Amino acid sequence: MIINHPLLGPRDAQEFVYLGDANLINRPDGMAADAADTFHDYLYLRDNPAGLHRELWYHEQGDRSWLVVTRNTLTHEITQVELARDVARAQGRSK
Amino acid sequence: MPEHRLKPLSPLGHTTPQTTTIGPVTITEVTSFALTSLATRRGREADVAKAAKAANIALPPPGQASIDALWLGPDQWLIQAPFTTHEDITAHFKPIFGDAASITEQTDAWVRFDLSGPDLHAMFERLCNLDTRAMRPGDATRSVIEHLGCYVICHEGLFTLLGPRSSAKSLHHALITAAKSAC
Amino acid sequence: MTQTHRIAGGQINRSRTLTFTFDGKSYQGHPGDTLASALLANNVRLMGRSFKYHRPRGPIAAGSEEPNALVELRSGARTEPNTRATTVELFDGLTAQSQNRWPSLRFDAMAINDRLSPFFAAGFYYKTFMWPAAFWEKIYEPIIRRAAGLGSLSRQDDPDTYDKGFLHCDLLIIGAGPAGLAAALTAARSGARVILADEDFRMGGRLNAETYALGDQSGADWAAQTVAELGSLPNVRLLCRTTILGAMDHGIYSAVERVSDHLAQPLPDKPRQILWRIYSRRAILATGAIERPIAFENNDRPGIMLAGAIRAYANRWAATPGQRIAIFTNNDDGLRTATDLAALGIDIVAVIDPRTGGQLLPGIRHLQGAEVIDTKGRLGLAAITVQSPKGVETLNITALGVSGGWNPNLALSSHHRGRPVWNDSIAAFTPGANGVPNLAFAGAANGHFSTHAALTTGAAAAREALTALGFTPTAPALPPAQDAPPVRTPFGYGGHGKGRAWIDLQNDVTVKDIKLSHQEGFRAVEHLKRYTTLGMATDQGKTSNVLGLAVMAELTGQTIPETGTTIYRPPTTPVAIAALAGRSTGPDFRPTRLTPSHQWATEQGAVFVEVGMWLRTQWLPRAGETTWRQSVDREVLQTRRSVGICDVTTLGKIDIQGTDAGAFLDRVYANTFSTLAVGKVRYGLMLREDGMVFDDGTTARMGPHEYVMTTTTANAVTVFRHLEYCRQCLWPDLDVQLISTTEAWAQYSVAGPNARKLLQKITDQDISNDAFPYMACGEITVCGGLRARLFRISFSGELAYEIAVPTRYGDAMIRELVAAGAEFDAVVYGTEALGVMRVEKGHVAGNELNGQSSALNMGLGKMVAAKKDAIGVPLSAREGMVAPNGYRLVGVRPVDPAHPLTAGSHFIATGAEPIAANDGGWLTSVVYSPHLGHAIALGYLRNGTERLGERLRAVNLLGGTETEIEIVSPHFIDPEGERLRA
Repeated sequence: MIINHPLLGPRDAQEFVYLGDANLINRPDGMAADAADTFHDYLYLRDNPAGLHRELWYHEQGDRSWLVVTRNTLTHEITQVELARDVARAQGRSK
Repeated sequence: MPEHRLKPLSPLGHTTPQTTTIGPVTITEVTSFALTSLATRRGREADVAKAAKAANIALPPPGQASIDALWLGPDQWLIQAPFTTHEDITAHFKPIFGDAASITEQTDAWVRFDLSGPDLHAMFERLCNLDTRAMRPGDATRSVIEHLGCYVICHEGLFTLLGPRSSAKSLHHALITAAKSAC
Repeated sequence: MTQTHRIAGGQINRSRTLTFTFDGKSYQGHPGDTLASALLANNVRLMGRSFKYHRPRGPIAAGSEEPNALVELRSGARTEPNTRATTVELFDGLTAQSQNRWPSLRFDAMAINDRLSPFFAAGFYYKTFMWPAAFWEKIYEPIIRRAAGLGSLSRQDDPDTYDKGFLHCDLLIIGAGPAGLAAALTAARSGARVILADEDFRMGGRLNAETYALGDQSGADWAAQTVAELGSLPNVRLLCRTTILGAMDHGIYSAVERVSDHLAQPLPDKPRQILWRIYSRRAILATGAIERPIAFENNDRPGIMLAGAIRAYANRWAATPGQRIAIFTNNDDGLRTATDLAALGIDIVAVIDPRTGGQLLPGIRHLQGAEVIDTKGRLGLAAITVQSPKGVETLNITALGVSGGWNPNLALSSHHRGRPVWNDSIAAFTPGANGVPNLAFAGAANGHFSTHAALTTGAAAAREALTALGFTPTAPALPPAQDAPPVRTPFGYGGHGKGRAWIDLQNDVTVKDIKLSHQEGFRAVEHLKRYTTLGMATDQGKTSNVLGLAVMAELTGQTIPETGTTIYRPPTTPVAIAALAGRSTGPDFRPTRLTPSHQWATEQGAVFVEVGMWLRTQWLPRAGETTWRQSVDREVLQTRRSVGICDVTTLGKIDIQGTDAGAFLDRVYANTFSTLAVGKVRYGLMLREDGMVFDDGTTARMGPHEYVMTTTTANAVTVFRHLEYCRQCLWPDLDVQLISTTEAWAQYSVAGPNARKLLQKITDQDISNDAFPYMACGEITVCGGLRARLFRISFSGELAYEIAVPTRYGDAMIRELVAAGAEFDAVVYGTEALGVMRVEKGHVAGNELNGQSSALNMGLGKMVAAKKDAIGVPLSAREGMVAPNGYRLVGVRPVDPAHPLTAGSHFIATGAEPIAANDGGWLTSVVYSPHLGHAIALGYLRNGTERLGERLRAVNLLGGTETEIEIVSPHFIDPEGERLRA
C-alpha cells in the first residue's frame, strides 16, 4: 500500500506501523467518576466497518509522525491522510 | 577540545575511517562531523528561526537537507558541524538556542557512508524503496535499508547515508552486496 | 543424427550448438531454443508423467501456461523441480530429468494407477481413506504423498543468491506482444517513465510465433526493431525474463526477473533472480491470450498439443512434434496452423472441424462436421479416431494440433477479486471492471484477437493512461497488420464414451470427474473446484478452467456466465521461495547490532547471545573453564566480592526534554517523576492502558526540563513508539520533545563493593557517597576530560554505577575499566551473570514482564499512583486486577539444596493432583545462585505474598520432574538494600 504522507508525499506502507482505530485519540478522563466504564469502552469496544475506517499509522521508519489514515476496508483505497496531532487538536485535545 | 587519553574507533571498528571501492562505486565511511538534534519547544518557532538565522544555520523544510541541517520530523532537525571544532556540539548549540529548543547530542548515534559513482541508482534499486532517480540535490529522507531506518541525502553526484551506528557493519555489508550485484 | 525434427527458419541461432542432457541422454540445440523446443527438435515428445495416473505426457503449450512438461532442472544443490520445459531457456550443459516416474520415464511402475483409475475418481481420497482415523497420518498420507505429486526437493541449501529491489515508473506495461509494444512506443516518446516487462527472453509475444507481416516486415522483425528502439531510450526500462507475479495495492506490482536462469550458474556476486517491487502510477495488461484445448477421449498423449503451440514451435523455434500432423479445431485460428505447417513442408494429414461450412484450405483434406473421438499410442500419439459424416476412420499421425478457441490471459486483472465478465462475441471471459485500479487492458488480454486490434488498443490504452497522468502522448506510426474479425468459437467437448477426456492435465481431472461432481451436488464453481481439484494445480488452470466450466454449464443446463467463473491469485506463475526471501538468509537473515565492547569481547573469546538484533556477551570463559556455569558462577561471585563490569548499552535510551517533560512522564509512568530532583534517578514502571506492565527502567533528571529514560533492551522501539503516540495523539500541546540516544552512548555498569574505587580512578570528579549518593546522576568527565554521564543505579543489588561515554570511545572505555580494575581483580560479566544477580536481588525482567502481569502481580502495586491520571492507572483498579487471590511475585528455593529447579514448572500443593484445577502459578525465572549454593527462582503464585514459608511442589509435566520447594521472599540478597547505599 501507499500512504500519502501529508509532509513527505507518497510513501510505502512498509515504512509504517499500524495501531488501530483512530478513536484511540479520544482517551477519556482517567480522574472522572465513571472512568472504569469509559475506559473499558474506549479500550475494548471497536467498530469494524466494511467501508471507510479512520485508523492510526506511525511512520516509524520515516519521520515518526503519527497519521490518521482514512482507508476503505473493502478496497484499501485511502481517501485522506492527516497528521494525528492536527486531528487530536481539532478534536479538542490539548495538554 | 578537551585533552583526554581515550582513542576513538570508527563505526566499522577501525582507528581510521574505511573506504571501499566496488567497481565504479566508492563507499566511504565518514567520521569528521558532529551531530546534534534540534527540536523546537512548543510555540517557540519564531525564536528558533531567529536564532538559527543569527547562527547562519539554514533549517530545511520537510524532506530536505541543507549544508548544516537535515529535517528529521515536524519541528525537528539534525545539525551538523565539523568534529574537530565541535566535538561537544551540544555545548556549542545550547547557548545559541537557549530555552527555545531541545538540543540532544547525536554524533555517535549514526554511521555515515558517502556513496559516489556513475550509476548509484542501480545500486539503490536493490537497497531501498526510494526513487533516487527522482531525487535532486538537497532532497533527504528516511527509509528502510537492510531492515534499518536510514537517511538518504542527495548531493550533486553523491549520496550520503546515515544509518544506526551499532549496525554499521551490517549496513556496510548490504551496500557492498548491492554494489557488487548491480554494478 | 540429432535434431531430426528441426525444420527451416525460426529465430534460433544455428551458428552455435548447445549440448544438453535429458534423463542422462545427450542432445543438441541452439541459442534461442527452450528446453521443450530443443527436445521436440530431437523427436522427444515424452517429457513427464502425470500427477495422479502417471500417464505419459508431453508439452501441450509453448509458454508458461504449460501444465504437463514439468521437469527437474539442473543437479545437486541447484536442482529445481517442477520447472516448465516450455519456459526454460536452453544453455550449454543444461541437465534435466523427468519426474514422477520410477524406475524410468518410459516404464513407470506407478502407471498401475492408470489401470486403477476407477478408484481414483474425484473425491476418492475423502471417501476411501476415512477409517480408521488414526491411519491417515501414519499410513495413508505417506503412501499417497509418495505415489502422487510431482518433483522433489534436493534438500540442500540453495547456493545462489536472490536480490530484492524497487523500481518506479509512470506506466508499467505487462507483456511485450503487439499490444504491449504499441503501448510502449506510444508512451516512450512522451517522456513518461515506462517499464515494459515480459516473461519471455525474447520480446514480441505472438509476433515471434506467427507468419503475419507488419507492413513490409515480418512480425518478429518489427518486434525486434521496436524493442531495439525502446531500449535506446533513457526513460524506458525493458525487463525481459520478468514475470509480473501480482497486482498489489495502490499501483504496486511484484515481479520476478530471472537474471541468471539462462546461464549454467550465476556470474560471481550476481543474483540468480530479483524480486522487484514496481511502483507504477498506471499499468496496462497486455498479456495476450491462452489457447483452449478440446476435451475428447485420451486427449492427453504426448504429441497432442495446442494448435497455436505447434505453430509457435514451427515458426519461432523451427521444431515440429511430428512429420504427419492433423489439426482438430473448432475455429478459424486453428486453420492457420495447418497453413503455416503445410508451407514448411509438414504433411498435414487432415483438418478436423466440427463446424460445417466456412473456409476450406486449398490442398488440405478438410473434414467438416467431424471430431476426434479417441487416440492411440502408448508413449506418444500414433493414431486418432475421427468421426465424420462419412463415418469413423483412423488416421496414423504423430502429432495433433487442437484448438478450442482462445481465452484472454487475464489472471492479473482478478488479483483484487475483480470478476472476469463473459463476452459472448468471442465466447470467452474478458477482464472485468472493479478490478485493479488504474490497470487498463489491451490486445488479446482484453479479447481483441487480431494483430491490428492489438496494436491499436495497445496504443489507445497508453494514450489514455498518459493523458490521465498529464503527459502528451505521441502517435507512433503503427504498421498495417492482419485484421481478421474475431470468430465466435463454440465450445466443444467429446468424452461421452467410456474413456477419459482430460480437462485439467496437471491435476488429472477429466470430464467424468466433473460429471461426478455434478452428480454429487458440487455444482457451484467453487465447490466443483475443490471437489475435483480442477484448476488447483500450479498452473491455476490456465488451460482448463473455462473448459471445465463449459462442461458443468452443459450438465446444469445453464450458460457459462451463469455457472460462474473462478478468479486467479498471485503469483501468476510459481515463484521460488528463495526469491521471496531475497538476501535475508543465513547470517544475513537480519542485520546485527554490535555493542561498543564487541571488539574487545571478541578478542577475549566471549560467547555471544542474540537479544533482538543485538549480539551481547553472554559470558566470558577463562582458561580451564569447561562449562558455562563455571564462567557464570565466577562472574557473579567476583562481582559480589569485588567488582564487575557489564556492557549495558543495549538498554533503550530516550532523551525527553521540554517544559512539560515532567508532566509527560507522570502520565506515561504509573509512578511520579515531576517531583524528582535534578541530578537524581528514579525507577519507573510503565503500564499499558489495560493496566498490564508494559516496560520498566530508570529515568534520570539531568536538568529542569531534561530527562533521560532507559527502557528494556527488548522494548526500546515499542516504548519510543508509545511515547510518540502519547505526545502526538493524546496530549498534542504538551511541550515535550523526544529523541533516541541509544546508539549515541556506550554505557557500562560497574557493580560490586569496589565499584567506586575502580571508577574513581578514571573519573575526573569526586564520586564519594556524599558527592554522588545512591540514585544520583550527572554529567562528569573521565580520563582527563572526556564528557561522560554517570548514574548511580543498580540492577545487581550491589553498589553500582552506570557510566556512559560517546560511543566512539566505548572500545577505549572498556579497556580503561578493565585496566583500572586489575588491582581489584575486576571481572567483565555477561547477560547470564546479569540474569543470576537480578534474580538473586528479586528484580523483574522479561520473563516476569510477560504482557499479562500487573504491577500488583510483580509486588510493585504501591508504585501505581492512584491520585493521578496516567496510562494504565484507571484500568489497574478493575476487580479482576486487584483480586486477593491473584498472582504475586515470590521467591522459590528447593527444600533440598541439591535439587535443581526448572523454569515453567507449576506450583502444586503437596498431595494434590497436577491438573489445571490445582495450578497455583508457575516459576518464571530460574538460576543457580553461586552465592547461596543452590537453585533459586522467581515465580507467580496465587496469593503468594501471604504464603511465605509454605512448602509446595514445582511440577514440570513436560520434563517429567517434580521438586519440593519452599516459598520465600523474592529478595535473596541484601533485602534491606544496604549494599546499594554503601
